[in-house]
Amino acid sequence: LTLDPLIGAISAGNTVVIKPSELAPACSSLLSSTIPLYLDNKAVKIVEGGSDIAQELLQQQWDKIFFTGSPRVGRIVMSAAAKHLTPVTLELGGKCPVILDSYSGSDLKSAVKRIAGGKWGPCAGQACIGIDYLLVQQKLAPVLIESLKRCIKRFYGDNVQNLQSICRIVNKNHFDRICNLLEEPGVAASIIYGGSLDRENLMIEPTILLDPPLDAQIMTEEIFGPLLPIITLDKIEESIDFINARPKPLAIYAFTNDKKLKDRILQETSSGSVTFNDTIIQFICDALPFGGVGQSGFGRYHGKYSFDTFSHEKGVLHRSFFPELEPRYPPWNDFKLEFIRLAYNFDYVGLLLHLLGLRRLFIPNRAR
Amino acid sequence: MAAVDVEAAVKELRNTYSSGKTKSYEWRISQLEALLKIVTHHENEIVEAVHSDLCKPQTETSFQEIFSVASSCKLALKELRRWMKPQKVKTGMLTFPSSGEIVPEPLGVVLVISTWNYPFLIAVDPVIGAIAAGNAVVLKPSEVAPATSALLSKLLGEYLDTSAVKVIEGAVRETTELLAQKWDKIMYTGNGRVARIVLAAAAKHLTPVILELGGKCPAVVDANINLKVTARRIISGKWGCNNGQTCISPDYILTTKEYAPKVVDALAAELEKFYGKDPLGSNDLSRIVNIHHFDRLEKLMDDEKVSGKIVHGGQRDKTNLKIAPTILLDVEEDSLIMNEEIFGPLLPIVTVNKIEDSFGAINAKGKPLAAYLFTNDKTLKEEFVRSVSAGAIAINETALHFMEVGLPFGGVGESGMGSYHGKFSFDAFSHKKAVLRRGFGGEVSARYPPYAPWKLQLLKALVKGNIIEILRALLGW
Repeated sequence: LTLDPLIGAISAGNTVVIKPSELAPACSSLLSSTIPLYLDNKAVKIVEGGSDIAQELLQQQWDKIFFTGSPRVGRIVMSAAAKHLTPVTLELGGKCPVILDSYSGSDLKSAVKRIAGGKWGPCAGQACIGIDYLLVQQKLAPVLIESLKRCIKRFYGDNVQNLQSICRIVNKNHFDRICNLLEEPGVAASIIYGGSLDRENLMIEPTILLDPPLDAQIMTEEIFGPLLPIITLDKIEESIDFINARPKPLAIYAFTNDKKLKDRILQETSSGSVTFNDTIIQFICDALPFGGVGQSGFGRYHGKYSFDTFSHEKGVLHRSFFPELEPRYPPWNDFKLEFIRLAYNFDYVGLLLHLLGLRRLFIPNRAR
Repeated sequence: MAAVDVEAAVKELRNTYSSGKTKSYEWRISQLEALLKIVTHHENEIVEAVHSDLCKPQTETSFQEIFSVASSCKLALKELRRWMKPQKVKTGMLTFPSSGEIVPEPLGVVLVISTWNYPFLIAVDPVIGAIAAGNAVVLKPSEVAPATSALLSKLLGEYLDTSAVKVIEGAVRETTELLAQKWDKIMYTGNGRVARIVLAAAAKHLTPVILELGGKCPAVVDANINLKVTARRIISGKWGCNNGQTCISPDYILTTKEYAPKVVDALAAELEKFYGKDPLGSNDLSRIVNIHHFDRLEKLMDDEKVSGKIVHGGQRDKTNLKIAPTILLDVEEDSLIMNEEIFGPLLPIVTVNKIEDSFGAINAKGKPLAAYLFTNDKTLKEEFVRSVSAGAIAINETALHFMEVGLPFGGVGESGMGSYHGKFSFDAFSHKKAVLRRGFGGEVSARYPPYAPWKLQLLKALVKGNIIEILRALLGW
């Protein structure tokens, strides 16, 4: 998330300052020490630091600001940019839902693998396009849950002390934040798998919740952690209204073969992107623009979109001195106005007929 | 209009938008056709209103505002189906098998804040884009052009679907109330000071914004050109566009010391042909919009650093708010007139030793909305396009690039952000949603845990797209 925008900025010919996140200090330090060894220091600079450095950077005048992070900080960035009329790209987040239609057998197995991989695979759920919650028809929930449990055990293990192939929570602040989500009334009771915590190692077991209260924080804020609420519906079509009642997410994942449902999801919901029958993978498709809409951000990048996002597309019109059109210039008269009207309408026959009364060209307009 | 009306209006638009009505092709076409009817049947009323607000000559209003809007409507009507069509993209090996497309969808409920100098065009042109893209719209016309504002409110109220398209008139108070609402996009045309207010208000709701601002648009005049045609085109873009009160009017001229007198003579000669010996009495020049701007322009002319540099014009008529086309020669860089956007009928000429020096002089100022160069020298043209940053560039022309719908119209830096016109208008008010379709075939188990070195090797090979390496990874070599 630091280098990818940098590639775009450089390819578009800009000079760049990068401020890596202080929450990932080892990477920040590595970037800070390595990039100057390879790149032109006079044009690409790394500035490390926390929010005080960020504030100082935001006071400067930039020709563009590219921000990845939370909506709260996104507002701060955009407000600072407003002072200098600096255009911004905001890559934010949101509650990215999975819609799971009725699948069974090997299709369900594949779907579940992709869902598990899309939830706990990306940084233990701490990813903007990571799955946030899942919508499924009530009668299919039991089979789904069993399949998910088996998959989680296979992928990650079933003991919070011995979890494999999964990140920890980034720091104590976020660990506590995620724990608080579980402590709200009604939420803890809805845990049907996992829930174990290892505060010392900042590990949280992949956790599944079934129908937590919809007004609890876990369902009103972006989780950004390894908790997966499953919301059951009478009919899967209800997922459309459910999603539309909430801010536009960065991605919607829909597992379905029903063409009608696919079309409805595309037409009736709005999100940065929609992926059918998979999760996360749209991120690596460079032909697709990557960006949000509404609360999930604006602007986009990846592939050529990165180049474009850091470019100004300058319109250039070339003209020669010939031909010249008299009716373009004052003094105005009815003839000239009529000429312009006909020209605008590409009425060539009309223009020709009009021109046959050429003498009227030189009579200035009297009455208006 | 009380605050509650603004909120209620926006709420109504949200409900209309949620119903899905504005997304349909048929609805968009019906609204575009209604806008076309307005310009076709009410041309005279529009001309009257704009004349009342600005004393703008009928031909300017018809040519630059009404025909422009008609043309935009017709283009949108003709192209809308194509614009709305998803664009297929080629997905690569990493997501194989899959198909991808980019689907345009409306943003939702948008706000268009217009300005006074092209009070009809700049109000309606963005609305065309917003409607074509399927949004619900609020239009806030400029209160500085009250006759046109009232007419827009009346005509759009009669012809368009008011449950989805509303005109809200008013001044600072109403604009502030509008800016406090949550919009899915805001488009503002005007000046940099208010633009900062708009952007700050938009930031609270993370609303994307298009800003069409202005700047000091320079016109560089080289030697060895057709000076008569050059003069006519400069006059047309300057005084022929609302008497210089236009964001893309040439603000000042740069030319060599030795060529400058010829430029002045050519301009003076053509000015007389266009506007007569007494330009204050010509019907073909707009007046200055109000006393505030008149006083502002007088101050620029009377600045002691430049008052002795007037070589043509300078006449003024305060009662009728008229200022004659005025040319100033050899103005200093630190004069008032060279440090703010003139937005009026004063044309300073700055002289340089070599014509190439003008590029540095332009780049030392804020990036303008447009930059113009008159030359026959191919190298100079290339260097100009390459090194001068501006919203747009026109070679051997002024202002006319506005009419070329194939070119995006917008600024950069201080002159704004975002662009519109033609399909760019549709795009400006759309969200281009990325869609990836997959099935369950072509499952790559290497992407799932538990992770292992062979999985990493395979994924690396897939990312590189190297068939040999993929095979090696699969076979464990």
